[in-house]
Formats: sequence, structure tokens, C-alpha cells
Amino acid sequence: MAPVNDLWSRVFDFQNYGALLALVHNSLLAGALLGLVGGLIGVFVVLRDLSFAVHGISELSFAGAALALLLGANVVVGSVVGSLLAALIFGVLGVRARERSSAIGVVMPFGLGLGVLFLSLYTGRAANKFGYLLGQIVAVDDPQLRWLSVISAVVLVALAVLWRPLLFASVDPEIAAARGVPVRALSPLFMVVLGLAVAMSVQIVGALLVLALLVTPAAAAMRVTASALWVPVLSVVFAVTAVVGGILLGVGGSLPISPYVTTISFLIYLGCRLVGAARDRRGWVRRPARAGAAEPAAAPATTPSA
Amino acid sequence: MTRGLPAGRSGVAGTGPAAGTAGAATTVGVAGTAGELGTAEMVGTPLATVDTDPVPAQPSASPRGAVVELADAELTYGARVLWTHLDLSIRRGEFVAVLGANGSGKTSLLRVLLGQQPLRHGSARIAGAPVRRGSGLVGYVPQRVAIDAAAAVRVRDLVRLGVDGHRWGPPFTVGAARRRLRDTVDRLLADVGAAHLADVPVAQLSGGELQRVRVAQALATDPLLLLCDEPLAALDPAHQQEVAALIDRRRRDRDTAVLFVTHEVNAVIDYVDQVLYLAEGRWALGPPSEVMTSERLSELYQAPVDVIQAHGRLVVVAASDMAAGLHQSWDDHLPHPPDAHDHGRHDPLATQGWRR
Repeated sequence: MAPVNDLWSRVFDFQNYGALLALVHNSLLAGALLGLVGGLIGVFVVLRDLSFAVHGISELSFAGAALALLLGANVVVGSVVGSLLAALIFGVLGVRARERSSAIGVVMPFGLGLGVLFLSLYTGRAANKFGYLLGQIVAVDDPQLRWLSVISAVVLVALAVLWRPLLFASVDPEIAAARGVPVRALSPLFMVVLGLAVAMSVQIVGALLVLALLVTPAAAAMRVTASALWVPVLSVVFAVTAVVGGILLGVGGSLPISPYVTTISFLIYLGCRLVGAARDRRGWVRRPARAGAAEPAAAPATTPSA
Repeated sequence: MTRGLPAGRSGVAGTGPAAGTAGAATTVGVAGTAGELGTAEMVGTPLATVDTDPVPAQPSASPRGAVVELADAELTYGARVLWTHLDLSIRRGEFVAVLGANGSGKTSLLRVLLGQQPLRHGSARIAGAPVRRGSGLVGYVPQRVAIDAAAAVRVRDLVRLGVDGHRWGPPFTVGAARRRLRDTVDRLLADVGAAHLADVPVAQLSGGELQRVRVAQALATDPLLLLCDEPLAALDPAHQQEVAALIDRRRRDRDTAVLFVTHEVNAVIDYVDQVLYLAEGRWALGPPSEVMTSERLSELYQAPVDVIQAHGRLVVVAASDMAAGLHQSWDDHLPHPPDAHDHGRHDPLATQGWRR
């Protein structure tokens, strides 16, 4: 039993918890912001089927962060630059989903390779090294928190302005175009916003695990509701729960927080799938058997016409 | 390839709104059908009073009362002439069916009227003003039935996008504005007999239900003109009848002009005032009884074509491969690219292979 207990105390350790919480105060704030941003933008990632793009962007964001680390520059800026570069490349190279997938598949390993190269060349503190790949518990310092707040604000404002046309263009592009929505221009614009959100997430959960925040919460929300209001609300709740909960659980141990975050996120998704399956069996909405038949519109086939 | 010469009586269109369509029941009173609707109190209520764009000039402002006016219109893709010297005038409440082989330019005609495709020559006006993108005067019902990522949207939300989905800014509404928006969506759904579907996820709709919802969405701005791009193509005959009747009732109740692209004229033949038949760069326009004849269509295709009437249904039969494209088929429409702006591209290109 001893090794198991030992393992347990490495995973969950709540000694001196109060003091530790004070230390990760900034991380919690950053995590909550990230949950808000990730939950909202995730709705469009899922609707527009951009999961793979998110993964690709995060690898280039990681490369950017690694380069900044190597050069001694601001890591957040490096990560943002890498993200935006990737978002623009994907936006320009692949307007159509199939082209985009191969463009991402080509660019992503290259970015990851660059990141590994930069990290290997880096001779600084080892603890930082793989934080950008796998997530880190290193306390977010004040300048970093300021950067993250500014990025969040930009993303949130952009989403607020774009929300309806973006939703229209994501759900129903043909009709949206007919109604005057600039469907084609929205695509690269959204990629830029997405790039910013990904750069944020890389700081906290690491490049490899970004999907747990930008895809899983929204996908979970869509299993249990189809309401245009409740999907984003639930998605945000799930994402914030995963990040903040993950930090709270992980802070005591010596492990990175990402396994906590991804596990919570995944469990929420599982729960939502179960609830969704139950709803599917019962039917989402009570629909009278032949509801249409009672109404005039359903039976005009026999109406004499002019 | 083909030098376009209008095979039809082009005098029907453009010269005077009443010419040649005396048989049409378009402007006749609608007392009988209004009762059927079951939502009579809603008739006449302007739907666009939500927070949508102000609806521009009403059709009465148009000089000849025409909703659609195409004058000497020509559309080409490279060297390929889709149609030329096309004169078309559609009045309020008129139901015009657009027929023709794949790639004859039917969908492109809709794109012109949506402001998505410039004419090579001539002019296109809606309610007296040049066509423009995103006009609230035009509603659009597409053929493509499937909706991407449909699981995440309710019917109510889809229809709401038709009301204000083109507007910038956050989606929240509160208080009176919220109630108005909700009422508008409820009314739009009730008008097409789909009130009971409001909270159903779009993914769970049948094809017929979805097209009904599409019609509700297309009517969200209370348009003067409803453009329908083969809305019946993926439906079985019973649902074809339902959706066609729904569209017909709308134009009678509200005097909405309808331009209806179809391969299957029989589903709408009872409602059609005019047929625009496109073929080989030429066109014919007139009441179905005049256009859907062996003589007219043979002249149009410049090949022997028979129009056979059997059990009240019209069947167009080509005697040679020349007019093979007129076989009723909509399969070129099915594998749509997900991106809407690609829509028109397939249609001239696809048919070149088709004809061989």
C-alpha cells in the first residue's frame, strides 16, 4: 500500500494549502479568464469544425513561445506571434475544410519541430522547458497576467461584435451570404481571434492540451442543449470549472496542472454525453405524434388551386 | 458555343406587366386562403419591426409595380453563354417557375438577383432599385437540406438568424426587444405550420420539416420576392406538395413574388403563372400552357422534344442526346461544397461533362 499512498500524495497534496493558494492567486485569475474565453470561442471551434486547426495553431504558438524563451524575449508575445502566424497561414491556405486539414498537417509538425529545437538550445532553468508543451504550474507573474487580460479583452470584444454574423456564417453559410453576411471575410478574421485565444491557453495548459479547453467544454455543452443561449453559457461554466478546478487540485502536488484540467474537462464531457444519450432516448422536445396534421399547412396537398 | 437568341415570346416580359399572363390568379383576392392559415391576425403585421434594418422602398414605389425586372440581361462564364437578351418581369404575387437542364443558368439567375453574381450585360432591378447583396426585400430558400453542425442549433435559433443574424454586435436582447424578437420568430414559425418545432434541434428535423423552417427563415424580413432554389429536390412527393402549397399560400396572402427554380415542374404546375425555360443559351417565357409544349421546347432545344401529358402530369422527353440534360435530375446539386460562395461554380462546369 505504501507506494500507492505515496503516489496519491503526489497527485493530491493539500498541506499548507492556504499559503499555496495565495501564491497561485494570479494563476487562478488567469485560469478563470481562460475558461471564459475558451468556453466562448470553443462554440465556434466546434460549429466550424476547427479542432484540428486549434491543434495546429497551438504547436506554432509553442514554437513562438520557445523562441522567445531562447531569445530572452517576452514569452506571451512570442506565443501570440506564433499563433497569429499559424492562424493566418491556415486562413489563407485553406478556405475549404479539406485543403485546410492538409495545410495544418503540413505546418504543424514543422512548428513543433522548431519548438523542440529552440527548447533544446535553451540553457535556462529546466522547469520552464516543457511547460509550454504540457502545461505549467509556475505562478503567473503580474506582467504576464496583464498580457493575458489584454488578450482576453480583445478576444471578448471581437466575439461580442462578430457573434451573430459569425454564428450565421458557421451554421448556415449559404443563407448567411444571401443575407449579406461577409462569409468569406469572416473566416480569416475568426482565425485571428482564435489565434489569440490559443496563445492564451498555451500559457496555462500547454500546447498539447489546448483542445481540452477550446473544444471539450463546447462539445460537452452541445451534447445537452441546442439553445443558442445555453450552449455558450454551459461551455463557459464547464471550461472555468475545468481550469480553476484543475489549478485548485493541482496546486498542492508537484505535477503540472494539465492532467487535472484535462481530466475534469473529460469527465464533464462524459457526463454530458450520458445526459445527452438519455435525452435522445426520451426525445429532446415533446413532439405530438402528428403535430403537423392538425395544422392547415400540413394538409394543403388536396387544396384546390387556381 | 450557342449564340443566344431568345426563342420565346420575349414581348411577354418587360413591355407590360399584364401582358400574356391574364390567366394568372396572382392578384385575385385571397379571402379563401387567408382562413386556412389559422393565423389570420398576423396577416399584414409588418414582420420587420424587430430590430432589423429598415425595410427600403416598398414595391408601390417601383414605376411599373414590378418586383423583379431583368432587361436585356446576359450572363456568361468565359466563352459559355448561360442566357442572353433575357427580359423578365415579375409582378407582386406572381409565381414564376424556372426550368431547364443542369447548368442552363437557373441557380445563376438566383445569384444575380441575390447580388452575388454580376450580369455581363443588361440590368437587374428589384422593386425598382438595382440588385444588392443582403437585401431584406429578398428571401432565399436553398436546395441543400443538410445543415452543418446542426445539432447545436434549435429551429428557433435558426429562424432568428434570418431576422437579425446579419447584424453586428452581441446577441443579447432584453425586455421588450426580447419579447418582440421571440414573438416574431414564433409568428414566422406559425405561418408555416411549424410552431410546434420551435425548440427542436435542427438536426432532428425531417427533410420536409427543415424546408418548412427554411421558408420561415427566408420570410423573416417580410420579403417582396422569395427565391427558391429547388427547395423540393430532396423531398418525397407528399412533402413536395406540402412545401409547394406553403409557398403558394404565402404569395397569395402577402403578394410575395416567387421565383422557383425546379426540375420537377409537376409539383408546382398548379401554382405557376409563368414558366421561364432556359436551354442552350436561349430561353422561353410564358404561361405553362404556352411554354410546356412540344413545339416551343423543340424550338428552344433545336432538337425534337416531346411534352407528354399523362395523368395530369407533364413529362418532357428528348428524342436525341442533344437535349439529354433535360432529364429530370438534381444530383449535380447534392455534393455541395460546404462553402456557400462556391455555389455557382459547379453549375456551368458540371454540365460540360454532363452533356458528353
